[in-house]
Amino acid sequence: MGTPALLVEGLSYAYGRGAFALKDVSLAVEAGSFTALLGPNGAGKTTLFALVTRLFESPGGTIRIGGIDLRLDPARALARMGVVFQQPTLDLDLTVRQNLLYFAALHGIPRRTAEARARESLERLGMAERIGETVRALNGGHRRRVELARALLHEPALLVLDEPTVGLDVPARRAIVEHVHALCRERGIAVLWATHLIDEIGDGDRVVVIHRGRVRAAGPVAEVVSGTGADSLVESFNRLTAKEAA
Amino acid sequence: MTAFAHCARALGGIVGREVLRFVHQRERFLSALVRPLLWLFVFAAGFRAALGIAITPPYETYIPYEVYIVPGLAGMVQLFNGMQSSLSMVYDREMGSMRMLLVSPLPRWFLLTAKLLAGTAVSILQVYAFLAVAWVYGVQAPPLGYVAVLPALVVSGLMLGALGMLLSSAIRQLENFAGVMNFVIFPTFFLSTALYPLWKMQEAGELLYFLCTVNPFSQAVELIRFALYLDVNLPALGWTVLALAVFLGGAVYGYNPARGFLARKAGGE
Repeated sequence: MGTPALLVEGLSYAYGRGAFALKDVSLAVEAGSFTALLGPNGAGKTTLFALVTRLFESPGGTIRIGGIDLRLDPARALARMGVVFQQPTLDLDLTVRQNLLYFAALHGIPRRTAEARARESLERLGMAERIGETVRALNGGHRRRVELARALLHEPALLVLDEPTVGLDVPARRAIVEHVHALCRERGIAVLWATHLIDEIGDGDRVVVIHRGRVRAAGPVAEVVSGTGADSLVESFNRLTAKEAA
Repeated sequence: MTAFAHCARALGGIVGREVLRFVHQRERFLSALVRPLLWLFVFAAGFRAALGIAITPPYETYIPYEVYIVPGLAGMVQLFNGMQSSLSMVYDREMGSMRMLLVSPLPRWFLLTAKLLAGTAVSILQVYAFLAVAWVYGVQAPPLGYVAVLPALVVSGLMLGALGMLLSSAIRQLENFAGVMNFVIFPTFFLSTALYPLWKMQEAGELLYFLCTVNPFSQAVELIRFALYLDVNLPALGWTVLALAVFLGGAVYGYNPARGFLARKAGGE
């Protein structure tokens, strides 16, 4: 196995002087793997995302993206990563095209290449004919697709998504989940997908269960299920996250 | 791709986005224009009788109060814009597009400076719109002054934008920002040379005089005033640039990921 697309080692984080939001978290996401970061609300998923995307830094632990240390060489590391945040991040008053070109400019992609890639990635998501519309005119599912298309414009090796299906209806959710799985299979993109919804995780995926800032289990879905002596991922998730309450 | 080309494209993208957003937000433009015009048409017109302005540089003759107040109002446009763009940064950050900007593969100081330039570009559009209306109203500077004022507006706009950015990094929540508007904008505006010349303030009291003198906004207003009348106020330029350096340095420090300021904000979510 080559260098993991994302490697997190011994990562801890505390907000201010409060309790640890993350404690000694380690995980790896390999190329072509769909890894679900599964945890209840408040488990530390969003904190982990903020650290992986360098919104803030932690003095404890390391994060490597494609082998590049995020703290030592943030620009090169960030250039290899596509991000879909939990909150919407599109400019509602601008068109889909303007939103995508703005992002391309931030990544230094020349205008002509950016235009071509924007069209191509929208086409893949069935959004090509909406390119001239303002984002405000799109529904939630379509806005998410635009954000996904945008996150792929610079052809990243790693795609990280923080609960990307929040607020979407069932068909829109399924479309996004399926599309991202296809990206892993067909283009070898490594995906880290944070969620608290177990039905978004396929049998062939990997899962990292996080609870109260700690990794409780990690590996292929089947291994995690058998490791907890459960029959299904739902059951093993319940066991893993219930222990402390007992 | 060279780093320079990347930075140039990113800068173009950031400024372009801000201008596009500005074009789409007609109410914002309108209120940016109406505010100084109210001061000019109503306040200055009423005040003209009450306040005589002696001959002070850069003016060479007695001037009506409307003429005196215009550079100060141009400064006010930029002051409001600087605070509003930082308000939009706090708002943006909550909405996520600030995050999008900060995860770009460029140094953070560059991203913040580019954002500052973008806000300044918008403020300059607003100022020229205001100066155009003032011209029609009869407050007319030498034609070349409208060219000479551009670099002054760039420096003052950057300085006031940097002040707003510094504040946005120091304020924890959006709700507190309204307070800052009152506690920052109004004192900054009133304790300056925007409405009254310094000597007038000296008559009113030494403390007020002192506060007006050290207020960076006074320096910015004087810089604009002199440039508009084809004169250079070197001390004002120096102080404005110094204030810009201090505020920008503070803002870059405030947004430093290791400092975890964003973390504390995110922690409130």
